[in-house]
Amino acid sequence: MKKSYKIDVDCAACADKMEVAANKTEGVKNASVNFMTLMMAVEFEDGADVKSVMQNVRANCKKVEDDCEVFI
Amino acid sequence: MNKKQKKMLIRILVFAALLGSLNYLGTISILLQTGMLRFALYMVPYLIIGYDILKKAWKGIRNRQVFDEAFLMAVATIGAIILALYSGSGDYLEAIAVMLLYQIGELFQSYAVGKSRRNISELMDIRPDYANIERDGALEQVDPDEVEIGSIIVVQPGEKVPIDGAVVEGSSTLNTAALTGESLPRDVEMGDGIISGCINESGVLKIRTTKEFSDSTVSKILDLVENASSRKSKSEDFITKFARVYTPAVVYAAIALAIIPPVASLLMGNAAAWNVWIYRALTFLVASCPCALVVSIPLSFFAGIGGASNAGVLVKGSNYLELLSKTKIVVFDKTGTLTQGVFEVSGIHHSEISDEQLVEYAALAESASSHPISKSLQKAYGKAIDRSRVSNIQEIGGKGVTATVDGHSVAAGNDKLMTALGVDYVSCHSVGTIIHLAIDGKYAGHIVISDIEKSHSKEAIRKLKASGVRKTVMLTGDSAKVAEQVAASLGIDQVYAQLLPADKVAKVEELLQEKSENEMLAFVGDGINDAPVLRRADIGIAMGAMGSDAAIEAADVVLMDDDPMQIAKAIRISRKSLRIVYQNIVFSIVVKLLCLILVAVGVANMWIAVFADVGVMILAVLNAIRALFVKKL
Repeated sequence: MKKSYKIDVDCAACADKMEVAANKTEGVKNASVNFMTLMMAVEFEDGADVKSVMQNVRANCKKVEDDCEVFI
Repeated sequence: MNKKQKKMLIRILVFAALLGSLNYLGTISILLQTGMLRFALYMVPYLIIGYDILKKAWKGIRNRQVFDEAFLMAVATIGAIILALYSGSGDYLEAIAVMLLYQIGELFQSYAVGKSRRNISELMDIRPDYANIERDGALEQVDPDEVEIGSIIVVQPGEKVPIDGAVVEGSSTLNTAALTGESLPRDVEMGDGIISGCINESGVLKIRTTKEFSDSTVSKILDLVENASSRKSKSEDFITKFARVYTPAVVYAAIALAIIPPVASLLMGNAAAWNVWIYRALTFLVASCPCALVVSIPLSFFAGIGGASNAGVLVKGSNYLELLSKTKIVVFDKTGTLTQGVFEVSGIHHSEISDEQLVEYAALAESASSHPISKSLQKAYGKAIDRSRVSNIQEIGGKGVTATVDGHSVAAGNDKLMTALGVDYVSCHSVGTIIHLAIDGKYAGHIVISDIEKSHSKEAIRKLKASGVRKTVMLTGDSAKVAEQVAASLGIDQVYAQLLPADKVAKVEELLQEKSENEMLAFVGDGINDAPVLRRADIGIAMGAMGSDAAIEAADVVLMDDDPMQIAKAIRISRKSLRIVYQNIVFSIVVKLLCLILVAVGVANMWIAVFADVGVMILAVLNAIRALFVKKL
């Protein structure tokens, strides 16, 4: 399953860090962050619980880039 | 400017005022020229301008994310301050200025990116906010999502059409510019299909919706545009990977620069000169920041895609923009792509009676058929068909029809029909479908019906050649004679005729095999029956996006107004964007390397380093924004 989320982040390098962090999150098959449109497209593993996975994605992003937000 | 940017601006102004007065006080008071008081006072502006960077660097260290810009800046400036304190020079200005320039650079960057973000979303501002539904004689605004299929919606002049449907009442002209980039208005009247995203210009329209909002053209397009750059290009990937390796590499190089030369110097028996080398290492860190690259490359692609969509060319991702710029072979489908896919009477020859009368007889004889040929005859006739004038209609499969019209026996059909009826006919040299007519057993002439070329097709092929396309190929299910005639008239290099849909895929496979690795093959089709080929080609370009879901789904690039001229334009837009990307990559890396070398050998100081860093970034961002301007391409 694929979903897009709005994000907020200040710099392109930080957006890239968020992408790496999101990809490392369990339950995420593939994540792609677009700094220009401020969107994060997430493809979930089969059977993953979207809500809890996204909570983790958000937490992991906050860890690598303090000044960011993922609107779930 | 947003809130964050305004706050930053205020910080910069407060900082400037403070630093100015400090410098002035320094000239009149001896106390401020050296010592701890000077240090303490100078730390105030430093913290005002840089506290968030320091905080971010600290958090980064705690989360083991050390190699980022904030870290580089924090280490460099704190290092420089300690050095100034330690050596007793009291020159804190340098470190403070580095922080200031970095912040100004960041502010500019965030402003520029925000601005282009807004520009591009304004260009694509086709999202309808509401739909009008008539209830008890009054109009009510509802969320387009809540409108069910088959509802009647009202669109007033100046409003956007929110949902796809058909006009049931009223007539108007539509502005399709937001969808197609085409400024010519389109007329609609009762019974016409209408797509969402157009702006109603003149009359009030009542529309029966045929789709839900989420399936309507406008939603599809918005979805496509919003997700466009999630498919990253090779250049973007390269930059991301480059930045991931580059920053740690620079930090290690700086450490080496701080340690190796002094130690070597000590070993050789000279003074270590720690001060000099540590200062150089810190300067090295300032100069190294990769932000110019990291920001400007995605920005170039984003601006390119934005500019293209404004011109009516939807590109589904920056990777396709990149592929498009390498297009060397363009394969066309004929019908609906280069030709209008609408059959028209293109000639009337050897007519024994007046042309109008010949068409009239043919149209009446064929009136029972729903074949495109019969439709084109009726269209050429131009008047309503009076069925009572026709009787005894007999279709002769594969040959034509015979009928009695106004008491005359009329036969309309191909060569075989004429032979079967024993009528001497004049065979035709024109290309197209020939309909011979015999009236009362006597040959009366023939009508040529053919598909007409789009008015821009020839020019489009010429422009493609001019923009560096090596080979143009046409694939068609039509007969070889028709295909060759069209190809010759348009100037197409290669033709394959009489292909079934499956053959088209095979032909494209063949062409893909023949070409070299770096050349990209684009297939242009009208999207409805060409989906497999669109997917198979390196780049699938679909025509007929106006309402065709299949096109939007299968293609990588969608031409909103069906104009083949747009292909060349799309290629030129992609070339421009890619040119800007390469300019920025080369320019940033060369200036950075040069600066790093100058710093390492001690020619450049921290001032030059930060100017090089921020200056390159600003130039690269300005260059990237150029990709947005595609009108004149």
